[in-house]
Amino acid sequence: MKRAINYSPSRPSAILLALLPFGLCLVIYAIGSDIRLTENPQDKLMPSFGSFADAIHALAFTENRRTGEYVFWTDTLISLQRIFIGLSISAVIGLVIGIPVAFLPTFRALFGPFIAAFALIPPLAVLPILFIIFGLGETSKIVLIVFGIAPFLTRDIMLEVIAIPREQLIKAQTLGASTWQMIVHVVFPQVIPRLFDSLRLSLGATWLFLIAAEAIASEGGLGYRIFLVRRFLSMDVILPYVAWITLLAFLMDYAFSKAARTTSRWYYLDRAA
Amino acid sequence: MTEIAIEGLGKNYGDCVVLENVNATLPDHEFAVILGPSGAGKTTLLRLLLSQEIPTRGQILIDGVPIDPEPQPDRGVVFQRYSVFPHRTVLDNVMMGPQLAAAPFTGRLWGARRRALADKAKTLLAEVGLIDHVKKYPTQLSGGMQQRLAIAQALIMEPKVLLLDEPFGALDQSTKKAMHRLILDLWQRNEMPIVMVTHDIGEAFTLGTRILMVDKARRDPQAPQAYGSTITQDIRLDPSKKPQLRVVEEGEDEASTMQAIFNQYRERASDCLVDRASDKPEERASA
Ligand SMILES: Nc1ncnc2c1ncn2[C@@H]1O[C@H](COP(=O)(O)OP(=O)(O)OP(=O)(O)O)[C@@H](O)[C@H]1O
Ligand SMILES: [Mg+2]
Repeated sequence: MKRAINYSPSRPSAILLALLPFGLCLVIYAIGSDIRLTENPQDKLMPSFGSFADAIHALAFTENRRTGEYVFWTDTLISLQRIFIGLSISAVIGLVIGIPVAFLPTFRALFGPFIAAFALIPPLAVLPILFIIFGLGETSKIVLIVFGIAPFLTRDIMLEVIAIPREQLIKAQTLGASTWQMIVHVVFPQVIPRLFDSLRLSLGATWLFLIAAEAIASEGGLGYRIFLVRRFLSMDVILPYVAWITLLAFLMDYAFSKAARTTSRWYYLDRAA
Repeated sequence: MTEIAIEGLGKNYGDCVVLENVNATLPDHEFAVILGPSGAGKTTLLRLLLSQEIPTRGQILIDGVPIDPEPQPDRGVVFQRYSVFPHRTVLDNVMMGPQLAAAPFTGRLWGARRRALADKAKTLLAEVGLIDHVKKYPTQLSGGMQQRLAIAQALIMEPKVLLLDEPFGALDQSTKKAMHRLILDLWQRNEMPIVMVTHDIGEAFTLGTRILMVDKARRDPQAPQAYGSTITQDIRLDPSKKPQLRVVEEGEDEASTMQAIFNQYRERASDCLVDRASDKPEERASA
């Protein structure tokens, strides 16, 4: 008998194995839903797959009579836009603050402890402050995402900058590099793959902050819709929305990993995953 | 002409005296090898030459002028590891220095000037035997190839002096031998002084025209950090009388492959050679 850690499944069986838990969940849900609905046809907790299809059809492929919008797609667009802007600003802040602060000893002495402390402020605790300062519009939602994500990205980039071997920086100086040139040609290209990695890792938190902000004050968005229909116990809307959000997050994760691979091919040459 | 003068040099890290009273004058075109036991302060001395560290006492002069307190292009360097940039291809690594000087903001040349620089870089890469690998990234190269790349990257800056910190320490013997030929060849052609740190005495005598031993002259068993290392041996070797220092000509058959070196050693060990182990596995197991 081989030891379990030395047994790796072949490619086709790996795909089958990967699909298995998903299929299992669907089957268990279908059975559970069926049992509950035979007991009580009015049951709202576990709607059948048919009701999901109806709900999605109504929201995604039927024009809203009042506004003339396709609610599902408008929600998706609004939420993605908030996430896109929030993450872009966070990434820029992470680079623009993280690189100089980690790289220049004076900046590190000046801002290092402040950033470490700032990153510990719980973003949700300051949400009311954001609403008071920025109002209930788009700004406060994007600021919440930035507030939650940018400090994490900044600190992660700082760690990566500090990890660059001292020899490389000495070598760069013997090639005549100025501080600016070292930032642009030595440090920046080497933190890019790490930036994408930490963006991937912060996707969960990003959605958390987005949905929290949308739940509290909003006129649209995926999180807003979920919390709106909660009042009517509309599981037939909530569950497909949750699945859709998960799928979107998964696709973004995939896109970031692809982007990292195309922009920093050198980084993945000696790495398996 | 480059003359390096080290005058009364000393370095402390806190209470720990690492180097004290180091004096040496390296004339032009010297191949100086710094030898010494581990922890003696060889790397520290090289870092002082590089301005990676600032001396506690004394000074270093190049052509009579104190060296700049920061690392500068007049002193090229190859470290044991991490000397090349992993995010740049072989060719881009070599082209980096001149581009930084020519384009302070973008660090990139275009058009005819770029092509001229690429040609110069390729000439150097051909000299160090990497011309077939210009498009690869450093992680795709072996250790010896990475060191050759680092040497080319340093040489394109035409430094006054080349500083090497155990550049071949991590290489196997045959690769090391090939690197010795390469560095001697480059040293003779480029007419610049080289300062190389090693703890391999054989390497020191093969390469050096000058051997400086860095070690503690005095010891206090009660306070080991109280005294630092200094130069305890300073010898000159005449390169014209050293057969090994000749640049090896094409086709010359010296033991240079791993196989050949292995055969030499096996020859020397012929007295204690046992029958081939694989012939009698049981005997080996019971022994
Ligand atoms: N940054 C530092 N801070 C404090 N002590 C240091 C520092 N760098 C080196 N030392 C000390 O200086 C001494 C000499 O170190 P150095 O690296 O120069 O030795 P070395 O001769 O190059 O040894 P090796 O052959 O192992 O590379 C050591 O005792 C080391 O502990
Ligand atoms: Mg050393």
